[in-house]
This record gives sequence, C-alpha cells and structure tokens, in this order.
Amino acid sequence: MSTATLRKVLAVIGRYRLLLALSIAMSAVSVVLQLYVPVLFGEAVDGIIGRGNVDFALVAGCLRRILILVIAGAAVSFAMNLINNRLAYHTVRDIRARAIRRIQELPLSYLDSHSAGDIVQRVIADTDQISDGLLLGFTQLFAGVVTIAVTLMFMFSRDIAITLAVIILTPVSFLVARFIASRSFAMFRKQTTTRGELTALINEMVGNVKVVKAFGYEKRASLRFAEINEKLRGYSREAVFYSSLTNPSTRAVNNVIYALVALIGAARIIGGGLTVGGLTVLLSYASQYMKPFNDISSVVTELQNTLACAARVFELIEAEPQSPDPEEELVPGGGEIDIRGVDFSYDKTHELIKDFNFHAEPGMAVAIVGPTGCGKTTLINLLMRFYDVDRGSISVDGQEIGTVSRGSLRKNYGMVLQETWLKEGTVRENIAFGRPEATEEEIIEAAKKAHSWEFIRRLPDRLDTFITDESLSQGQKQLLCITRVMLLLPPMLILDEATSSIDTRTELQIQEAFRTLMEGRTSFVVAHRLSTIRNADRILVMRDGKIEEQGDHESLIEKGGFYAELYNAQFNEAV
Amino acid sequence: MRKLYRYIREYKKECVLAPAFKLLEALMDLIVPLVVAGIINRGIAQADFGQVIRYFILLVVLAAAGMLFSFTAQFFAAKASVGFATNLRQALFDHIQGLSFGALDAVGTDTLITRMTSDVNQVQNGVNLALRLLLRSPFIVFGAMIMAFTVDVPGAMVFAVAIPILCLVVFGIMLASIPIFSRVQSSLDKLTGITRENLTGVRVIRAFGREADETAEFDARNGQLTALNEFVGRLSALMNPATYVIVNIAAIVLIRQGALRVNLGVLRQGDVVALYNYMAQIIVELIKMASLIITINKSLACGRRIRDILEVEPGMSFPGETAPARPSGTGGTFSSGDNASPGGNASPGGNKEAPAVSFDHVFFSYAGSGDDAVEDICFTAGRGETVGIIGGTGSGKSTIVNLIARFYDADRGQVALDGIPIAEYPKSELNRRIGTVPQKAVLFAGTIRDNLKLGNEAATDEELWEALDTAQAGEVVKGKEGGLDAAVEQNGRNFSGGQRQRLTIARALAKHPEILILDDSASALDMVTDRKLRQALQKDTSGMTVFIVSQRTSSVRDADHILVLDDGKLAGDAPHDVLMRECPVYQEIYYSQYPEEKYKEKKREVTA
Repeated sequence: MSTATLRKVLAVIGRYRLLLALSIAMSAVSVVLQLYVPVLFGEAVDGIIGRGNVDFALVAGCLRRILILVIAGAAVSFAMNLINNRLAYHTVRDIRARAIRRIQELPLSYLDSHSAGDIVQRVIADTDQISDGLLLGFTQLFAGVVTIAVTLMFMFSRDIAITLAVIILTPVSFLVARFIASRSFAMFRKQTTTRGELTALINEMVGNVKVVKAFGYEKRASLRFAEINEKLRGYSREAVFYSSLTNPSTRAVNNVIYALVALIGAARIIGGGLTVGGLTVLLSYASQYMKPFNDISSVVTELQNTLACAARVFELIEAEPQSPDPEEELVPGGGEIDIRGVDFSYDKTHELIKDFNFHAEPGMAVAIVGPTGCGKTTLINLLMRFYDVDRGSISVDGQEIGTVSRGSLRKNYGMVLQETWLKEGTVRENIAFGRPEATEEEIIEAAKKAHSWEFIRRLPDRLDTFITDESLSQGQKQLLCITRVMLLLPPMLILDEATSSIDTRTELQIQEAFRTLMEGRTSFVVAHRLSTIRNADRILVMRDGKIEEQGDHESLIEKGGFYAELYNAQFNEAV
Repeated sequence: MRKLYRYIREYKKECVLAPAFKLLEALMDLIVPLVVAGIINRGIAQADFGQVIRYFILLVVLAAAGMLFSFTAQFFAAKASVGFATNLRQALFDHIQGLSFGALDAVGTDTLITRMTSDVNQVQNGVNLALRLLLRSPFIVFGAMIMAFTVDVPGAMVFAVAIPILCLVVFGIMLASIPIFSRVQSSLDKLTGITRENLTGVRVIRAFGREADETAEFDARNGQLTALNEFVGRLSALMNPATYVIVNIAAIVLIRQGALRVNLGVLRQGDVVALYNYMAQIIVELIKMASLIITINKSLACGRRIRDILEVEPGMSFPGETAPARPSGTGGTFSSGDNASPGGNASPGGNKEAPAVSFDHVFFSYAGSGDDAVEDICFTAGRGETVGIIGGTGSGKSTIVNLIARFYDADRGQVALDGIPIAEYPKSELNRRIGTVPQKAVLFAGTIRDNLKLGNEAATDEELWEALDTAQAGEVVKGKEGGLDAAVEQNGRNFSGGQRQRLTIARALAKHPEILILDDSASALDMVTDRKLRQALQKDTSGMTVFIVSQRTSSVRDADHILVLDDGKLAGDAPHDVLMRECPVYQEIYYSQYPEEKYKEKKREVTA
C-alpha cells in the first residue's frame, strides 16, 4: 500500500522531475564541497608547524582554494534551496488544485459521509505534510547519505583506525536516544490523554460559559478544571523533562567519541602515522558526524507519518467522481414534474423509498409534511439530483433528469435550505450568488421583495457589509438565502422549512413574498406548520424516510391517517 | 508581559537555576578547544603520551559534567515552564468565568477556547526553550570570543569583526521574515476558510451552479499562498550560504594571521587549531539562536493574546455577599422599598408590596451596535404571575429577559426586583432567585443528575424528579438506562433537541427559583408536549413568577399578561383577549399562525 502511495506522490512530482534531478545533483556537489573545505584547512594547519617553520606558499595556496570552494559551495547550496522551495510549494499547490476540483465533482454521498473538518485536514495539513515530509525529507535523506559516504571516505583517507573506532561507537548514541524515547513515550501518552480531557472540559465550560454563569456554576467549574489541570501539570512536567534528555545524552556520547578521536589521533601523530592537520580534519568531522545520522533517522520516522497523510490525500483526490454530466441542457418549460416507479435508499441494505409515483402539473404547490427526521430532505436530494435514484425515473418537462446536465437542471430550481449557508463575503456577493452580473437595482429590488432590505439598509456598509457566519442572526441569514432565490426567479422552487426559524411577523411577510414567487411556479415546500400548507395543491406525507400518504388536504383528513393525526394535534391547540 | 509574570513567580528559583546550569554546560563546551590545543601543544609537540591521556580523561569528564548540568537545567526548565502554563491556564479559566456577557460577546467563545488550548501550549513551549537556550547561545558566541582573546589577541580581533557581521545577517534575515510569516499564516487561514466553505455549502454552490467560480477563487488564494511561501522561502534560503561564506572567510583570515604569528613564534600550532575550533562553534550557535528566536517570537505573540484576554475587564460588578442592604450614592432614581434588603438570605423579601420585577424606562444596546436593542421599556410583573413575551426576531425579547437576570446592565432606566435595583443584589442572591432556561439547550458531559444539580448542588433526588415531572422530562429520564445516573455525552448529543430542552427546563426548576425565565425554550417540542408543559408549570409553580418568551401565540396566550415587542419597543402589555382587540402587532402575529381564525373572524363579523 505504501509503495503504491509513494509511486503516486512521485507521479505528482513527475512534472518537476528535471528540477528534482537538478536539486539532487546540486545537493551532492554542495555536500562534497563543504566536506572538502576542512581537509584544506587541515593541510594549511600542517604548513604551520612552529617558529620559523611555516610554509607560506602552501598555506596561501590552501587558503585561496578554500575561498573559491566556499563561494562556489554557497552559490550551489543557495540555488539548491531555491529549487527545493519551488518543488515543495508548487507540488502542494498542484495537489490542492486537484483536490478542490475533485471536491466539486464528488457525489454528495461522499461529501455527506465525510466530515468537512476531515476533508479540510486532507486538503490543508496533510498536503503540507507531503511537501515537508516527502519532498524535503527526500532531499535531506539524499544529502545525509552523501554526507556520510563522503565523510567516511575522507576519514578513511586520513586514518583507518580512528575511522573504524568512530563507526563502531556511533550506534551507542542511537541506543541512548531510543532508550530515552521509550521512557518518555508512556509519559507522553498520559499527557495526551489528560490534555484531551482538559480540552473537552474547556470546550464545554468556556464554549457555554453563559450557561455556567446563569447557574452560578463558576466555582465548581473552576474546581473541576483545577483537578484535571493539576494532573496535567504532573504528566506534562515528566513528559517535557524526559523528552528533553535526548539531546544532552546523545551530545555526551558524541563528546566522548570526540575525545577518543583526539586520544587515538594524538597517539598516531606521536607514532608518526598522522599530522596535526589530519587530526584537525578528523576532529571537525567527528563533531559533525552525528548530524546526518540524526537527519536521516528523523526523516525515516517522519516518512511513515507522511505516507499515511499522502494516502489520505490520494484517497480524496482519487475518490470516484459522480457520473459524467450529459452534454444535453434541460430546456425549461412550465415546470411539469413526473416521478415514476422510483426506488431509493442511502444504505443499499435498507430499503427506504419504494416504487414512488408522483405527478406535479406546472405551477402546482406541493407540500411535504412529516415529523422532524422523517427524511424530507431525501426528496430534495432526488429532485435536485444530489443523489441518483436506484430505479425508476424523474422527469422535468418531459426530459429525464439523468439525461441532462446537472447544472441546467439545478438552475431551474430555486432552493432555500433549512441550514442557511452564506459565503464569507459581502451581502451583495451573497445575494448575487446565482447571478453575479445582477445590477444594484435588481439586488435591492429582490431584497425589498424578500423583506431583507429592512435589515440590510441598517448594516454599516449596506450591501457592501462583509458578513461572516456569526455576524447575522438566524432569521437574517434565512432572509438573505431567500433574497438569493428572489433574484433568480427560477421556474421551480424547493423551500426546505424555509420559514421555520424566522419569527412569526417576518414569517408572515415572507409568506406573502413566497406567494408572489410561487405564483405560476411548481414548488415543493417543506414546513412545520400545517396551516401554511393547507393551501397546497398536493400534500406528500412522509414518515421514517418513506412516503406515507399523498393527496389534498380534504381527502387526507377524510382518510383519517397519519396526516389527520398530525393535523388534529395542531387544530386542537388553536381552538 | 508583566501581567503574565505573576504566574511564573512561584518558579523564580527554577527560572534562575535552569539557565545557570545551562551556562555551566556551555562552559564545558567552551573548554574543549583549549584541551585539544593542549593535546597538540604539549602532548603531541613534546611526544608525551601520558599528558595526552590526562587530557583525554579531562575531555571525558567535561562530557559527563556537561550532560549532568544539562539534565539539571532541563529539569528546572520543565518544572518552571509547565508550572507557568498550568497557573496561566487556571487563571485564564477563572478569569473567563468572571467575564460579563457583554465582555464575552465582544471576545467570542471560539477565541477564548483557542487562547486556553493552543496558545497556552505554545507559551509553555516558548518559556521552556527560552529558559534552556536563550542565554546559552549568546553565552557560547561571546564566550568563544573571550576564549579566543585568552589564546591570542590579534586572532580574537577577527572574532570581534566577524560576530557583528554574522549577527547582522542572521537577525536581518529573520526580522525581515517574521512579518511575512504572519502574512503566510493569514493567507493559509483564508485558503482553509474557502475549502471549508466549499464543503459546508456544497448543496447551495451546486444548486446555483457556482462550482467553477468557487474553484477559480480557490485557485487565486492558492496561488497567493504559494507566491508568499516562495518569497519567504527565498529569504530563508539565503541564511545558510551567507553565514557559511562569512565564517569561512573569517577562518581564512584567522589561519593567515596565525601562520604569520606562529612563524614569529608568538603562537603555537595548537593555538591556531583552537581558534579555528572556536570559530566553528560560533556558527552552529548562531543558527540555533535564529530558529529559537522565531519560536520565541511566536510564543510572545501568543502570550500577548493571552494577556489581552486577562486584561478584559469583567465588565460588571456585584456588591459583596455581605454588602450592606442599602449602599448609599447609587443614584437618586431609587424610589420604593425603603426598608428592603436584598443582601443575604436572611431577608430575601424586599418590599412585599413591590412587584417581583419592574422595568422603569429601560434602554439597552449591545456593544458594537448603534441601535438600541430595547427602548424605553416600562412594565411590572407581580409575584406569581405568568408573563408572556412575544415579538419578531431582533425585537428585543431575549434582551428583556437578559436584563431581568442581569446578564447585561441597562444603559438607562432601572430594572428592579422586589422594588430594589437589581445592581444592589449580590451575585449569589440573583443566582438563587432566578432560574433561566436559555434558548440554546446545552447539557454538559456527565450524568443527568450532574446536569440537573448545576444550579442547586443540594437538590435531593425527590426534588429532581419533581422538577423532571413538571418539565415533562420524567419519561425521558426513565427511558434511559440508569435513570438519573444515565450518562450525558458532550453537548448532550445523545438526547434529541426536544429532550434536551425539557431537561434544561428541569435544571432551572430544580433551583426552586422565584423567577423562572423560559427563553423560547419549547421551540423543539411538539404542540401537545408544549401545552402539557405549560399546564404543569401553571400547576406546580404557584408563587413563581414565570416569563415565557416565544414566537408562538399558543405558548403565551394563557399568560396573565403578554408583552408585545416590536423593533425594541413595547407595543402592548395585556392579556390575550385584550391584545386581540387592541393590539394590531399582536393580531398580525396571531393571524400569521392561525390564518383559518382570521377567516372565521371575518365570517363572525359578517354575520354579526
């Protein structure tokens, strides 16, 4: 699985393979240059033996070469950094661009079954991790391997015994690091659990602080908080302390290796097998020797995590898109809707809608009635073709909706959903959402008709006021959603409990506006209040996701079924 | 930052010891090049292997001592930073619990949660790193220079020149990057925002056929972020090559000079190696310091944000629990209840003649909005009365009940309970008297019992069941395994909206309040349950003054009188029948809900 993921990542990078090859080549060059500089310094030191015993020509030659190498090395590594940046950021950009395009094409069934937070995480954080972990990790891994190989080569060329000693002792440092990591892991786990507990409490008590205050619960909340907070103090202290032991420990091991190099080196110099310059080189290598190992090990640990992230990203951008859109456009007519023999269910093992037949004449008002959670939105999902029927057909003006493009079908519906959704943007952008080219006059006209102008007029920048989800009341948001449809005047309407969260006075005005809007338009209205649907031409009664009854008010009452039961509950209340 | 200092004060000792031990460790590092110079100058030059062994042992001792010093430092740093974060978190939590509703509205709870979680963690991390490393790196840099001076003064001059140049480059690049980093962050936030928008609004976007436009907007922001990232990346890319060149040029000068001075006999070979080693130490530390400063800078920003929260004034003050009943100088508007005493449980009554709640020309506007939420409201509610409040969205219904509970203070005019201005009641007394059922039915994780006892810790099971029965929630609890001990999940998500509403009503009733406020608290109940609830309230709560806020006339029609609000003003205050005759706003609301009644009404008029 992970090799498959790796291959996919490489395919994404494929576009930039020239840059990648260049980066790798430059990385090799810069590592060799940087490692060769200490050798030259060592040679220079060997030219400086003592009073009156300095080989100035040798020293000057070395220093000249160092200067050239240093400047060349810096230039190459700068260029390499730039290339790596470009590689990383452009890959991320490309992946995200693919992700958003896929999101636009995914069937609603996918998006409904994945939380928005989860998908956002894939598009943003996981994608970043791919660039950090895989791309930069890859170049770092490569540079690390080259560094180790070249270092060993140079070291062997100076002194075989010392080099062997260093190679044998290196693993000690890893063992120490692993030992500490295993100790701190347990503490980290406790810290994570406790922190989770604390966060949950914060979400509750701070998120609902008004309730806490209304009930005078502050002191007890504070005590509960203190209890977990103190527990966290203990675990955190241990976790932070133990984990911070790794660096000093490995450094100490490294220092001992350094001392050993100095010891053996000195012995070899005295024995005549090594020069002081040679020892300088070895010491400088010994002090940096651990770095590439640490780099490689952190890359390797990160790799697993990164591959998991990459797998999540690819799961999204390779998810099965909805069926391709037919070229054909829906030719709008009067808005005649014909539903024939439709079967549908979300979970294919549980039957939901079975052999549903319904016919709506142009201009007909259809009320969808039923208790909360009865699945009224299912019907909307099918009409708007957010979901495809399992069997049977839905036709609009004689055209089966599966044979025309989704866009052209949806354009003919005006939809106001129960959950108000607005873009972060200005009021104007939101109202003109379906028709960005609408003029100022048209927008204001629509706002007046939908009774949203009253509050828009009072906003600080009127139509240009920037709104976020929190800046408007539920009722105001609903009004804007209605205005959005009011501007379009499509031939068919879907109103999903559109008036339920608006207060009754506004509701009355809205009802009037809707009446004008609904005139001559086929409309499906989902509503709580039975009084508002008494005037509907046809009523669909739903229960537990199924269509229970259909007919007009009188015939349904006469039938004495579920609708009659619902209706009487309110009728008794009113009298 | 002084405001935050007090939370670390108890760790003053650790804050001194952590860096001190870190400096001792650094000192060990600084001695190493001298020891190596010794090996070369004495051991090797004089071919004295015993001397080399002694130096070797010294190196090992230095390594061991360095490790121990470092361990000690890490311990103190962990203790201080974690302790600081713990204290800060508690202080923040308590401070937030003390903020007035007005202050909470201004800050927003999402912000508060972020401050308490990720920001505090970031600050802890910053303090920990600062204690360990902030002094260490400069110490090594300048220590190396000082050590160089002890080796050779002219050689050390190279350090004196190189270090400022290095600092200039390292900190110059860093300072230039920091503001761009914050732009990168906000650009990333925007991209995250639009991604989320595309998911939460997918139905609307598709219904309006705006997929392509949304994609184009995403692309624009995506491109913006990439450009910014590349720009700041170019700056960072400069750091390593630039410092590398500077340090090596300095080393070249050092060796050249060293060659001359060794030739003169002023310096020995080992000294040149020592100087070279010190130069190598400097560069490592400077790079470390740069990345450290970026982390600390981030933590400081978090710290400032936390401080801003701690500096938010509570926004409302209450008289102390033992405050005198009649504070003088609270303004001359006070007019009734001369011998009343709101303070303490000893004399809870106030003026027995006075109405339970009275509003006297009350004006109020929410901070940040110019318009008054309520204007010139006058009404009284007698003890034991049921008062309905009805009106459109934003007409001020919730504002009125918020003022009764003193969640906010009136801008002008007077709210009084039992004839005594509400500001003269201690907080605990208001809490005891008033039971609120907020619009949003929130339950906390725990058991049902925990939730019901939120406002009255001492309530017995019998009292809880009574409250549950009145709230029509008895069946809900009996239906759960464990009854009162049944678990409530976070936000009460294992209960339906209607069940949660009934439980929050029971929660308020369990306090036995004198004033019960139902702020549109029955909206998720079906008509039948709603009616049963109101009947039970009427029966079981005699003597309790009840405010029912609702959008449905059915919920308030049985009230003793109904306040009709229209755009913040009182448009009527009378029983249902009177309002039906005299109040056009009320009639409009009523007929919007019962159109058939209007039809009957007309018929009646015609026949009459």
